[in-house]
Amino acid sequence: MERVKCECGHVNPPGTILCEACGKILVESEKNKKILDMRYEGTARRSQTYNRTIIDKIWSFFSSVKVGVVLIVLALIASAIGTILPQEMNTTMTVTPEQFYADQYGWFGRIYYALGFHNLYQSTWYMLLIASIGVSLVICSIDRAVPLYKALKRQRVTRHNSFLKRQRFFNEGPADNIQAHLQTVKERMERHRYRVLEENGNIFAEKGRFSRWGPYVNHIGLIIVLIGAMLRSAPGMYVNEMLWIKEGETKAIPGTNQQYYLKNHEFIVEVYDESDGEVYQEALKNRGNIAKNYQTNVTLYKAEGEVLPGEKPRLEEVKSGEIRVNHPFRFDHYGLYQASYKLHEMSAMTFQLVKKETDEVIGTITIDLYNPEKKYDLGNGYAVEILYYFPDVEFKDGIPQTKSPNPNNPAFAFQIISPEHPEGERSIVAIQQTLEPLGENDYKLAFQSVDTVNYSGLMVRKDRTLGLIAIGGAIFLFGVILGSFWQHRRIWIKQDGETVLVSAHTNKNWYSFMKEIEIILEDTALPIPVDRGSGLEKAVNENKGVGANG
Amino acid sequence: MTKKKRLVLRTTILTLLVLAIGFTVYMNIAGGRSDTAEVGKKAPDFVLKDLDGHEYRLSDYRGKGVFLNFWGTYCEPCKDEMPAMDRQYQIYKDQGVEILAVNVGEAELAIEKFINDYDLTFPVIVDESGDVQRAYGIFPLPATYLINSDGIIVDYITGRMDEADIQEYMERIKP
Amino acid sequence: MAEVSSILLYVSFILYLIATLFFGASIRQKKGIQKQNPVSRTSVAGKIGIIITSIGFVLQVGYFVTRWIAGGYPPISNMFEFITFFSIMLVGAFMILYYLYRIPALGVFALPIVVILIGYASMFSRDITPLSPTLQSNWLIVHVMTTAAGQAILAISFVAGLIYLVKNVQQMSRAKAFWVEAIMFVLIIFVGFIAASTTFSIANYEMDLMYVNKEGEETQVTYHLPVIFGPHEYTVISEGGMEPLIELPAWVNAKQLNTLTWSFLTGAVIYLVIRLLARRRIADLLQPVLQKMNNDILDEVSYRSVLIGFPVFTLGALIFGMIYAHFAWGRFWAWDPKEVWALITWFFYSAFLHLRLSRGWHGEKSAWLAVIGFAIIMFNLIFVNLVIAGLHSYAV
Repeated sequence: MERVKCECGHVNPPGTILCEACGKILVESEKNKKILDMRYEGTARRSQTYNRTIIDKIWSFFSSVKVGVVLIVLALIASAIGTILPQEMNTTMTVTPEQFYADQYGWFGRIYYALGFHNLYQSTWYMLLIASIGVSLVICSIDRAVPLYKALKRQRVTRHNSFLKRQRFFNEGPADNIQAHLQTVKERMERHRYRVLEENGNIFAEKGRFSRWGPYVNHIGLIIVLIGAMLRSAPGMYVNEMLWIKEGETKAIPGTNQQYYLKNHEFIVEVYDESDGEVYQEALKNRGNIAKNYQTNVTLYKAEGEVLPGEKPRLEEVKSGEIRVNHPFRFDHYGLYQASYKLHEMSAMTFQLVKKETDEVIGTITIDLYNPEKKYDLGNGYAVEILYYFPDVEFKDGIPQTKSPNPNNPAFAFQIISPEHPEGERSIVAIQQTLEPLGENDYKLAFQSVDTVNYSGLMVRKDRTLGLIAIGGAIFLFGVILGSFWQHRRIWIKQDGETVLVSAHTNKNWYSFMKEIEIILEDTALPIPVDRGSGLEKAVNENKGVGANG
Repeated sequence: MTKKKRLVLRTTILTLLVLAIGFTVYMNIAGGRSDTAEVGKKAPDFVLKDLDGHEYRLSDYRGKGVFLNFWGTYCEPCKDEMPAMDRQYQIYKDQGVEILAVNVGEAELAIEKFINDYDLTFPVIVDESGDVQRAYGIFPLPATYLINSDGIIVDYITGRMDEADIQEYMERIKP
Repeated sequence: MAEVSSILLYVSFILYLIATLFFGASIRQKKGIQKQNPVSRTSVAGKIGIIITSIGFVLQVGYFVTRWIAGGYPPISNMFEFITFFSIMLVGAFMILYYLYRIPALGVFALPIVVILIGYASMFSRDITPLSPTLQSNWLIVHVMTTAAGQAILAISFVAGLIYLVKNVQQMSRAKAFWVEAIMFVLIIFVGFIAASTTFSIANYEMDLMYVNKEGEETQVTYHLPVIFGPHEYTVISEGGMEPLIELPAWVNAKQLNTLTWSFLTGAVIYLVIRLLARRRIADLLQPVLQKMNNDILDEVSYRSVLIGFPVFTLGALIFGMIYAHFAWGRFWAWDPKEVWALITWFFYSAFLHLRLSRGWHGEKSAWLAVIGFAIIMFNLIFVNLVIAGLHSYAV
């Protein structure tokens, strides 16, 4: 294709429909149109003009808005599918995901899992879909913004008649005594914040051109957001760990390479009660307990030097504070968030050694369920030995064994040593049951009390991409506002011999524009442009034979 | 702009986009965590104590193959594996293969009973804080890392092993 | 204070009903004077309509403020409060667009929707509930309020689109005309829900059942409507009342489905009564009133509402939402159903804008898109909140 030289002298890029400078129609087929398509000012979209190599083909594929919309709709449908059943990451499971979906949702869950929809948003195909939208954003914007910029920069005050006559708002009239009014019109235009240019008695008024850049600015913002999202997968940018820590415990904070340690002093749950005010009475009666506060009081330590996993570090206190929901604890780009808790987990059990015959209490022992002693000496020839410890007991074929290392349901095999039985009597003690497998004993361990401890579930987060995503979001919003709250309005007044042509164009909100034009041209000799319609009224008019719109 | 320049520009932009997307997809599939143990990488070093308080440091075993096993007394397959491991240990310990059996942090009492019940002779060390398990990404049990004499992870085995498997693994990390 | 608040809401509810009538009268009155510039002159009835609407708006804001004072936090934290706030924003958005374009027909459609929304909201618990820790956040307040404002402005786009469709219903194919009527039917189902709930709540109908839930636990549930759909392995506790007709499996929320069925049935009855009395489709019933409207202006109102609403929605639902989530959970995006549906809404309106800007989808196509967009917003507000989110609640 060749560059096109217009009769006004401007040389246009190949494929141009309307001359960039004067607006003359350069493409034959366009001349039959009553109203011009002004979407990209009749510029040549680059991609459509070169289509030779594979690169060009890929480029022009992504340059199409149609493709862009299809991609958006696909992303929309895919996202919706992901909400039909809960995603794996938003669910707490005690069984394998496959089992979970089958148990909870039957055949549908099975299919959902088999198709990989349980992890839809992390799947490669979903990521590629979003990435294609990103590619489309980049290429569409480059392809349109550049020619549009050039066309708007090169536009001249005096436009070709074929351009003016094919604008949606247009009218013509005698040019007899308009001179006297032109000055008034110019002043009014300026009062409405138009930039007015004059050339040989022709007027071109324009405002809000910047709003044409809105779409491209917001696309840049989106691209930055996508880059930010991409960077999250880069090492060191993003940490997302869970830390379960019980009261009194000091633990390394996961994701910090053993650099930071945390001590949980206390976990607190508060609920609302009468003292919180009369207005809540009804709700509290209907809903029962409503939590008011979840809080962990902690101290942060920093380890001295490099610490290997498993090594006992020398700790230096950094700071103390509280972690509450909505009030994370921050340090060195990390945040600790109150995410979950477990209350009243057993930590120690107290028993009394009792002589069955007399109910005489010989002594009391307290067993730390996380680390029981081998032997508890009670003096005077009395002692309790722990032969076996089952923190989470279950009986399989009558034999006790432990399900997990957590003291959920502790059981002990004791050897009770007394002066009468220096060899000891065997007793198996679990919650609410005692077995004496080797015959009736003279002594028993009577359960007294249990100590409990609260666990706090803290989320450990670090996200170095936040700044980028925030900047992208801000740019996006700025662009959208630019493009949607303002509009690009242009008015042309051209004297052509005996007649004067008045045309106007806006990229949106035509009705409001017409009101403004009416105010500007009111009581002058200039003809007020007529809205030749967007075509919406036509169908109605033909049916009814009534002209509702001028 | 000439056609050639345009082609170069388009190719550059498309290449950049493809590279960026490729990187993200790769990181997403590969898991992307740099600090956890992975086959082919150096095994993360650690220091743990046994029940008597002796310290074991992984890096001290450079020059030897290390059979790094994670276990718990509640883990059924472990009960079968541990005696088999012990028998193989008797054969391979003189050929430069060491077993380090990391307990997942249970009560001392339970561990001691287990060692005594099964007469284990290799070092059993306790990961009380869970830090080593996290560094090696352990879940569920049993799990075994094969580490060669250069300290590089050769393989990662989860699930039940029989004695023949164990022997084969020992052969693989023999210096 | 709480009582004052309820009264204010009630009065505004009545005022909106009255204002609707005035706007309706205003359209009729304007016949004949509508020519070149059909909307620059406003009729007396229209003026009265907008004045009454403004009073209603002020009273409704009064409801909001008094309830805030009473409860100690801005009332946007449960279904009743949010939908009511959304209806305030909808009136506000209507007033802005009315100020810009002076179209009384907008009021004829927008205000009944406001009335339905307030009615619908009132069917949920109206207790002033103290805030759970997750909800105690200023970012949440900003997030919810901005989102509601954005959605309300987008809703005006729906209203203008709906007027466009009803106005042009006679030029449409049978299939399309059927769908226009379907929209009317859905609106009446909401009326059906309000009617059924109100009737049985006045009659004080209550039915307690025990059932076995998804997790296999015995749970009690109270129905306030006669039970058509009983839950999984139910046993009836209450004396008297209707026995459930059908038992459902555990993974279906039987109570929700029961309510939905009642709304549908009652709505269908109301619809049939209207059809029998008028002997015409509802769309055809309304069409003559709208005949004089200008398509271009309706299209512009619809489009402009999207242009104003889209940035506000993006800011509120996505950006403020992410900021809130970042403070509450340390992750600004968690692929929670509610979030995903906000994203879907955003995708949808992006597609809408692109189709309009680049593919020239004006007029009827644009009007249909506006309707679908609002359907997505309502789906997120009602269905996702009540059904999907029930599977997964924000823990903590």
